[in-house]
Amino acid sequence: MTDFSKKLDPALVAKRYASERRFRAYGAVALAISVLFLVYLIVDIAVKAWPSFFEHHIVLKVELDPARIDPAQVQKGDFNGIIKDGLRAAFPNVTTRADSKKLMAQLSTGTGDDLRILTVANPAMIGTTVNASALLSDDADLYFKGMHAPTLKTPGQTNLQIAKDGENYLFTGDLSQLVAGQIVRANGGAFRITSMEPGGAKAEVLLTPDTLNSLVAGNWDILSFAAIEVDRRIDDRAVVLLEAMRDKGIVEKHFSWRFFSSGDSREPELAGLRGAITGSLLTVVMTLLLSLPLGIAAAIYLEEFAPKNNWTQFIEVNINNLAAVPSIIFGLLGLAVFIGFFGLPRSVPLVGGLVLALLVLPTIIIASRAALNAVPPSIKEAALGVGASHLQAIFHHVLPLAVPGILTGTILGVARALGETAPLLMIGMVAFIVDVPNGFRDAATVLPVQIYLWSDLPEIAFQSRTAAAIIVLLVVLFCLNAIAIYLRKRFERRW
Amino acid sequence: MDATPQKLPSNPIPRILAEKETKIVARDVNVYYGDKHAIKHLSIDIPDRAVSAFIGPSGCGKSTFLRCINRMNDTIPSARVTGQILVDGKDIHDRDLDVVQLRARVGMVFQKPNPFPKSIFENIAYGPRIHGIAKSKADLEEIVVNSLKKAGLFEEVKDRLSHSGTSLSGGQQQRLCIARAIAVNPEIILMDEPCSALDPIASARIEELIDEIRQNYCIIIVTHSMQQAARVSQLTAFFHLGDLVEIGDTEDMFTAPKNKRTQDYITGRFG
Amino acid sequence: MPDHTVTAYDDELASLKQMVAQMGGLAEEQLARAIDAIAKRDVRLADAVIAGDERIDELERQIEEKAIVTIAKRQPMAQDLRQIIVTIRIASDLERIGDLAKNTAKRTHAISGEMPRKLVTGLTRMGKLAQEQLKDVLDAYAQGNAEKAMQVWRSDEDIDALYNSIFRELLTYMMEDPRMIGPCAHLLFGTKNMERIGDHTTNIAENIYFLVHGKMITEERPKKDSTSTTNFPNK
Repeated sequence: MTDFSKKLDPALVAKRYASERRFRAYGAVALAISVLFLVYLIVDIAVKAWPSFFEHHIVLKVELDPARIDPAQVQKGDFNGIIKDGLRAAFPNVTTRADSKKLMAQLSTGTGDDLRILTVANPAMIGTTVNASALLSDDADLYFKGMHAPTLKTPGQTNLQIAKDGENYLFTGDLSQLVAGQIVRANGGAFRITSMEPGGAKAEVLLTPDTLNSLVAGNWDILSFAAIEVDRRIDDRAVVLLEAMRDKGIVEKHFSWRFFSSGDSREPELAGLRGAITGSLLTVVMTLLLSLPLGIAAAIYLEEFAPKNNWTQFIEVNINNLAAVPSIIFGLLGLAVFIGFFGLPRSVPLVGGLVLALLVLPTIIIASRAALNAVPPSIKEAALGVGASHLQAIFHHVLPLAVPGILTGTILGVARALGETAPLLMIGMVAFIVDVPNGFRDAATVLPVQIYLWSDLPEIAFQSRTAAAIIVLLVVLFCLNAIAIYLRKRFERRW
Repeated sequence: MDATPQKLPSNPIPRILAEKETKIVARDVNVYYGDKHAIKHLSIDIPDRAVSAFIGPSGCGKSTFLRCINRMNDTIPSARVTGQILVDGKDIHDRDLDVVQLRARVGMVFQKPNPFPKSIFENIAYGPRIHGIAKSKADLEEIVVNSLKKAGLFEEVKDRLSHSGTSLSGGQQQRLCIARAIAVNPEIILMDEPCSALDPIASARIEELIDEIRQNYCIIIVTHSMQQAARVSQLTAFFHLGDLVEIGDTEDMFTAPKNKRTQDYITGRFG
Repeated sequence: MPDHTVTAYDDELASLKQMVAQMGGLAEEQLARAIDAIAKRDVRLADAVIAGDERIDELERQIEEKAIVTIAKRQPMAQDLRQIIVTIRIASDLERIGDLAKNTAKRTHAISGEMPRKLVTGLTRMGKLAQEQLKDVLDAYAQGNAEKAMQVWRSDEDIDALYNSIFRELLTYMMEDPRMIGPCAHLLFGTKNMERIGDHTTNIAENIYFLVHGKMITEERPKKDSTSTTNFPNK
């Protein structure tokens, strides 16, 4: 038997294995780091986005007064007013103008929309009293989602007396629990402790109490805050009102279909993605309609028919270069040519589609050529051999085999177009557009531009909306990639 | 165009050419791939209803000439063909001769079995369909069945005509390709190393098939296997470096070739 | 001629040729000794010849085996195919020549002692001629010289002619003295053997022609052997 160990230097062998192990380790580490980044990114966005998929309502008993809703024109009825009346009725002890205004501010400006839709669908409701679900404002919504500075609730464990002291009130008794700045809720009212004095705790009223009975332990509670009022997005009065709503049990949490069914808005709680999604859809359809036939035709011509000379060489090089041109250049081109020269309207999916078609055309041409080239020439020869013309050979045999490759390339190109922002900024698709577009010539925006727009807005609620829009965009892109993979697997053939 | 064939340069004229009608006549054919002179001043006669074999080392021009006969070289941009190739006295480079019609008359079987990635039925039906040979669906089915029978494949695949052609074994695929070529009623069948990718049994079946159908077609086969050429063909032509070195009756070529280059090649002394 | 791409093939062909040469040498030697034995009526030499035939038969078997293996392995074509086929044929002819030599030697026992010396000279003359033919044809084979082989082929005529005259001579003796019929018959068979050896050399010559030219000789060989049509002369 041959002794192999004698022929090879064991140190060298060990070294070779060690270097292989090292290389594998580098690879694993690189992979782990990238996975970590990706997971962090996605988790971070998802966590931020999650609240946006839900919204808070309050349920109010309202009377659909025929005086305020003309049955002939239900659409124009004053549903916001009806809701507000319902809210006022639910909080009888809110009396002052300022308090009432504060209470109404907790409602969204579009709070009557849901009721309007319901009534339009079912006009028989007019004249009856119904339980209406009213959308809350963004700040109120965020408060219930716990995204403001936290409010701590402490049950009252001592007995207190309360008495009116001029404009203010005075708490006496065992004041051990009270600190200035806290809110004491009792007897259906709320008081803010302004100062602790030897004679008792001075307090101002935030919500008028029903009575001034003595407070027994367990009957009252204290709201305290981690941050002082000026640092909070929501002030003490609002907190008292919202907590009162919560205590009444009329606050409800729903999945926010509105996020997908409404257009853009300045009010975060009303802002939705439907406009952007529709805009994206229209733009992508336009892009596909233009780039797919053009791209495939160009690819077939270049791959199968074009003579191999300097001209086609030049064209090929330039197609490859075009794929590497920064996208904003295409925006400038679109602005100059389609809007400036051809006089097409700004901000419309038609022009967006044209520009994005230019953008993805090189990608589609390159992918299609590669797919056509990957079809074994023997298939074409076989077709030519039985007497098919060149065109028949291509359309009957080569193209069907290239379809998975072409589709993959196209879908990746479309995915790129879907995520593109820069060229669309140049042609004015960055405008604030509330209406959902109905056609290629309606002003529209697209998902990535919507993200860009929202990310710029000051309202805190928009941060979450931005993240949610990113999630939607990612899901759409993942779906497109999944379709690409599916098509590839479905149509892929072995030969 | 003067279609009268000049005298074939080889002497003596192979007996098979005297026995059978001449199907293909080539005179002073030159093929260039770019700067490369792939075939030099080739003149040859090919008999009808017989098998002619082209042998020679790789790159000798035998496949190139084969592909001239159905003008498959047209698909290669750098290829240039000069000279006359007459099929039944008609120049295939004539302006009024359509290349698609030519290829319908001159079927081809390739080195690697290349069935379309479609059903067995579709593979064979494709040719008749594009040429409008079948008048009805029943006609088409008849053509498919007949072609499969002629190719000796029908019994093996009759229950799975809708299966993919690529699901067959290599030898079956090659016979499918032959059936596909037969389906368009060609007069000439060109075979470019049809057995090079097959095992000996599958090769033998192809040879058997060639032997069966040779009474009805003018068959030209390019092969690297001398034994195969000796077994299936009646006429053998030896190519070397773009020259037609020797042409003769197969029985003479493999026992007593006249040319020393032929002798050296077939006895395994170069190449 | 250049070598084969596969050199082992060349070795096999060379070894076949060498074996035929060896066999030819043996056959020549056997023939010479057989003639010697009968001329001198040397029974011991004759026995040696009879024993020596075994070696030729053995060689023929070896050549056949090797040729078959080579055909199976190399699938020879053209020149190579002819060479192997010709080798088998020549081996078979040489084996027959060996047999005929053995047969001739055997007859030494039958004619020893009772024979006028003069009668045997005819046979030895025939033997010498056949021996020359065999030597020439083996030379022609070794040199691949078809021309020389054709000379052998043509000069078989001379053996035939000589055979005719010896045939008549022996017939005459037998008619004159019936006691001589036995030994003379043996001599007649011995002479016939020499004539047959001559025929085998022409076979070999034809094979050499086929080996070199790739075709069979189509012309008729000149024959002078008329004994098969000769009647006993009436007294």
